[in-house]
Amino acid sequence: MSVTVQKLVRTAPGSDRQLLKSVSLDVPTGHFVALVGPSGAGKTTLLRAIAGLDVCDSGTLLLDGQKVETMQDRARKIGFVFQNYALFPHMTVARNISFGLDVQPRGSRLSRQDRAARVQELLDLMQLPDMGAAYPARLSGGQRQRVALARALASGPGVLLLDEPFGALDPIVRRTIRSWLRSLHDRLGLTTILVTHDQEEALEVADRIVVMQQGLIVQDAAPDILDQSPETAFVMEFMGEAITFRGTLNNGQFVPDEGGVLPFPVAAHLESGPIDAMIRPFEIGIVSAGNAEKMLSPVSVVSHGARNGYRHYLARLTDRTISVSAPDWGNDSINFAEAGVLDISRARLFKNGLRVV
Amino acid sequence: MKKYLLWAITWGLIGIVLLMPPAVVVVEALKNGLGPALETLKDPDGIAAIWLTLEVSLVSISVNTIFGVLAAWLLTKYRFPGRSALLVLVELPLSISPVVSGLVWLLLFGAQGWWGPSLEAAGIHIAFAVPGIMLATLFVTLPYVVRTLVPLMEQQGCDAEEAAMLAGANFWQILWHVTLPGARVALFSGILLTTARAMGEFGAVSVVSGHIPGLTETMPLHIESLYNGYQTVAAFTMATLLAAMAMSAVLLRSAPEWIARRRGAQA
Repeated sequence: MSVTVQKLVRTAPGSDRQLLKSVSLDVPTGHFVALVGPSGAGKTTLLRAIAGLDVCDSGTLLLDGQKVETMQDRARKIGFVFQNYALFPHMTVARNISFGLDVQPRGSRLSRQDRAARVQELLDLMQLPDMGAAYPARLSGGQRQRVALARALASGPGVLLLDEPFGALDPIVRRTIRSWLRSLHDRLGLTTILVTHDQEEALEVADRIVVMQQGLIVQDAAPDILDQSPETAFVMEFMGEAITFRGTLNNGQFVPDEGGVLPFPVAAHLESGPIDAMIRPFEIGIVSAGNAEKMLSPVSVVSHGARNGYRHYLARLTDRTISVSAPDWGNDSINFAEAGVLDISRARLFKNGLRVV
Repeated sequence: MKKYLLWAITWGLIGIVLLMPPAVVVVEALKNGLGPALETLKDPDGIAAIWLTLEVSLVSISVNTIFGVLAAWLLTKYRFPGRSALLVLVELPLSISPVVSGLVWLLLFGAQGWWGPSLEAAGIHIAFAVPGIMLATLFVTLPYVVRTLVPLMEQQGCDAEEAAMLAGANFWQILWHVTLPGARVALFSGILLTTARAMGEFGAVSVVSGHIPGLTETMPLHIESLYNGYQTVAAFTMATLLAAMAMSAVLLRSAPEWIARRRGAQA
């Protein structure tokens, strides 16, 4: 089931601050989309608007190209998992899961046996086959998460909405449930929209990442594209550690303001003037200060340990210290204990926060 | 050592202030033995007073339960202008002297009141009649259910309700299957406080009732009449009965906690 959001606007109740500023989003059937962004960016607001929990000032929502009118109608098409699971504490796990089936009007309600069968089917799917009679208070965080998921899937919705679903779980459970969720999505042919503030999580699980900032979508792309070519300085910083070098563009050459950094040629034809170069720590190269670069006042580089397959270094520039990393494999000819100059030719260029090269 | 001193002071205080008065009432009632005491309860005016008290309590409980649940729902699940004013207003009866709350109804419905004469002409009697007593009792007991429900429901938030809504439940199903079961201990507690208060209310009822024996006297009013008429045994017997009724309501109130603890200990 596809989800289409058109020009959605929502104002905070009791003020004129806009939480969503004309947001449009199109999620085709079967896609797994992650909404990411800092807190207050409007990602949960957008998710709640899609679920119909909040009323919007204007804009339309279409499921499979059609408007949804009533909440009951919506309930059959959308499953929602809350950040804190919102299980009903006074009901058993089985009753929690079958709640959406039990409250159907008499005409369209399944028989008691069918409902029980459906609950068991979901419990098996969630790998909780014997938990039906337990109360939510007895379950672990990961189990509650799966019960919440089972409850959301009980009515067989085509769309699954998840609001920070892994937030309260410990890192190991997080990783397993994340990949398990992805396989569930594929197996059931769902259309999934997940809200997270963790870009790593989004990169791992989603086919498409929608970055939001201050009530707007700033970039909507596949994870590798987002990683390779962020459209704004904000996206560049949000997707991972980034270091900014201020400088000037002069006759097709980027000239950094700081000493110890090599200038580099810029292929595209751009106006001369001030510009920012942004680069990830592992894209920075260190060149031994040869004769020609002596005048660039070389920077000292010290080792800063190794993690996750990378060796990390701290490079002391005139006014600041930046981190540089290099893969822990490969034969590096540079002796990092010595001084060197930084090669930032792999940097992306941004003017007023927008990508130019 | 200090612990025992504190223990002694606490129990001493409870003994003198809380336990002695009801004990004295019982002792006074049984001064001539159990027989004469029970005999006084056969008085038709006394029986009428007991019935009236039960009727008033029943009406207060039903109205307050329904009103209290809806008001607490409104106050905790929605944000609207005037919400905090409403929260304060609900508590008004707690801060107003019951005599004043009684007088208000007289001012409205009494023979010289605003609407009294016209209602009287239409054959509707409120002041010095049972409806007046009901109104006065309702006013006085209004806060209890709301005030016990609001903090709990506030703390629970709306997540469970929203989850129920997204599962396709309608308003009544959410109220009945999600909100009320989640708040049942607080609701029960509020209802029993209401019961105890409705049975014992004297001030407000005294002003509007007119003290007509057999017609508009509730148990507290009847006790006063008996006592003023030097019928000590009858007065204290009725008082014992009233105290027993109200206290059983309060004891019942702690039952859910007690049961929960027992269950917790077994598990």
